[in-house]
Amino acid sequence: MIRTISHRLLGMLVVMLLVVTIVFVIVRITPGDPAAVMLGPDATSADIAALRTQLGLDRPLLVQYFQYLADVVRGDFGQSIFLGQPVLRALADRAEPTFFLTLFSLGIAVAIALPIGIYSAYRRGSAFDQSATTVAMLAASIPSFWLGLLMIQFFAVKLGWFPTSGYGGPGASFATRLGHLVLPAFALGIVSSALIIRFTRASMLDVLNDDYVRTARSKGMGEARVILRHALKNAMIPILTIIGLTAALLISGAVVTETVFSLPGVGNLVVNAVLRRDYPVIQGALLVVAGLYVLINFLIDMLYILVDPRVRY
Amino acid sequence: MRDALAPDTLLSVRNLQTHFVSRSEVAKSVDGVTFDLKRGETVAVVGESGSGKSVTSLSIMGLLAHPGRIVGGEILYRNRQGTVRDLAQASAKEMKRLRGTEIAMIFQEPMTSLNPLFTVGDQIAEMITLHEKISYRAALDRAAEMLELVEIPAARRRVNDYPHHMSGGMRQRVMIALALANKPSLLIADEPTTALDVTIQAQILDLLRRLQSEMGMSILFITHNLGVVAEIAREVVVMYAGRVVEQAPVVDLFARPKHPYTEGLLACTPNAARDVDPNGVRLPLRPIPGSVPPITALPPGCTYAPRCTYAVPGCTGAVPPLFSVGASHLSRCFRHELL
Repeated sequence: MIRTISHRLLGMLVVMLLVVTIVFVIVRITPGDPAAVMLGPDATSADIAALRTQLGLDRPLLVQYFQYLADVVRGDFGQSIFLGQPVLRALADRAEPTFFLTLFSLGIAVAIALPIGIYSAYRRGSAFDQSATTVAMLAASIPSFWLGLLMIQFFAVKLGWFPTSGYGGPGASFATRLGHLVLPAFALGIVSSALIIRFTRASMLDVLNDDYVRTARSKGMGEARVILRHALKNAMIPILTIIGLTAALLISGAVVTETVFSLPGVGNLVVNAVLRRDYPVIQGALLVVAGLYVLINFLIDMLYILVDPRVRY
Repeated sequence: MRDALAPDTLLSVRNLQTHFVSRSEVAKSVDGVTFDLKRGETVAVVGESGSGKSVTSLSIMGLLAHPGRIVGGEILYRNRQGTVRDLAQASAKEMKRLRGTEIAMIFQEPMTSLNPLFTVGDQIAEMITLHEKISYRAALDRAAEMLELVEIPAARRRVNDYPHHMSGGMRQRVMIALALANKPSLLIADEPTTALDVTIQAQILDLLRRLQSEMGMSILFITHNLGVVAEIAREVVVMYAGRVVEQAPVVDLFARPKHPYTEGLLACTPNAARDVDPNGVRLPLRPIPGSVPPITALPPGCTYAPRCTYAVPGCTGAVPPLFSVGASHLSRCFRHELL
């Protein structure tokens, strides 16, 4: 088991090294002078030269590469061109809404999807199953930003239950800030639940006909125990995979949702950085998001080991 | 009717009819099956796939998959309190209480019948804690005792093994330990040796016989293998296309089969043919032509007639009744006198 975990950890390191390398290369293969591209057409040549020195672009490529690696390892992702603060600081300042948005929407997605998926499979072909499958298909085809707009229109504008946008402004209490996350979290969560519903249903259907489920029934236990203890645990591996994938997608989905709801999160930061060609911020965000992907995958792998003894070789 | 259950009889299946009804058709998977099972004895139900033997056992367990339903007949069962209950009419709650305590089942596929994600000890302990107020620790202790009982080496240690650590034969032993954990009165064994190697088959049959004599349970043994029947059963019920076609004590059945289908089965069972022919003459091996008809499109009259070498035009008229052809020997063949 320790070997499995250390293998996974080593794999993570390799992936991250690749990511850093790609992020490094992307800027270097930008057509023309990256410094000139970053500063735009109005920049003076003195400005460009200064930025080149600041970014180290005037040094040999290999030196730049190792310098970049060393910086990243030390947690130095460079300086934002427009925000006048270190990239890591800028990311950290905006991490809270993104973190909670992702967490809540994942929680909502799973809380909606698991019961519906399980019951659909259990009552396969019933009216419940058919309507759940149809609604899930519908939900999967709705863009989250559109659902977000609809929800703002209805719950915020018409009913006034929740704020329309923003994050409460400076000095807002934690509760107020979370209140701002309710609508976006549901918008993201509902849309993402569709995929998990379909996977849960399919995975449960596979498992429900397995022999050990019949064995469980022959032992004289109630259906709830048969389904939740014996069947669900076996169905969990593909479901965990899709939940992990959803978590990763939610991080990128947050980019759009944060824009719709004007949340000052990482997604918002990235959108602005892209619009302003703030390369250090884009690079830093890429690294962080890639790091989160890798971390989520690692966590899912660890969960496999917890669930399935056959993986613990 | 219920009082008619003889005191030494544990289970009496009477005219059982189990159908699978869909919008377009009705599959009469079990159509009027009748047999008795005495305490401590073994009855074998023999037939090919689709003969209704497994559906019969699942009907008794109350584990029919949708859309299967018992539409007629009785499954009279004498419970531990001595009361005779009709399992065909029993509530889901009563069946849940009986399953695993009084009536237990082992299945054909030892490789897949155990849950891969729980230790074998845990799965046996669950069987005990489901029906008895007892701590998990104590249940696990009993699980280890059960593993010893089914002759698993180093049983105390193997309690913590997962099914994938074990071979097919070992897993079937675990299934037997699981089924017998609450000392059931009735064990339904649905092809328990079919998926195993021949030598392992013999060990498992041996084990079942030993445990039966020690614990005194009755066994309903479902199989397609007449060779296995000779090893374990006292009474044999031969099923074909949902009906009982012949029923007899095992010795009679092997020596004097009174239904062409049984004769056909014996003729293509190498061991049985060699072992049982009383004159020491080897019967030639010959397969039965054709195959079992689909249960939704049965031929009229005798359902075996299209494959039968004795068939005459009259066989396809009415369904033949069960003729009494000897002491406790029944045959559903118009022409049984020719055999």
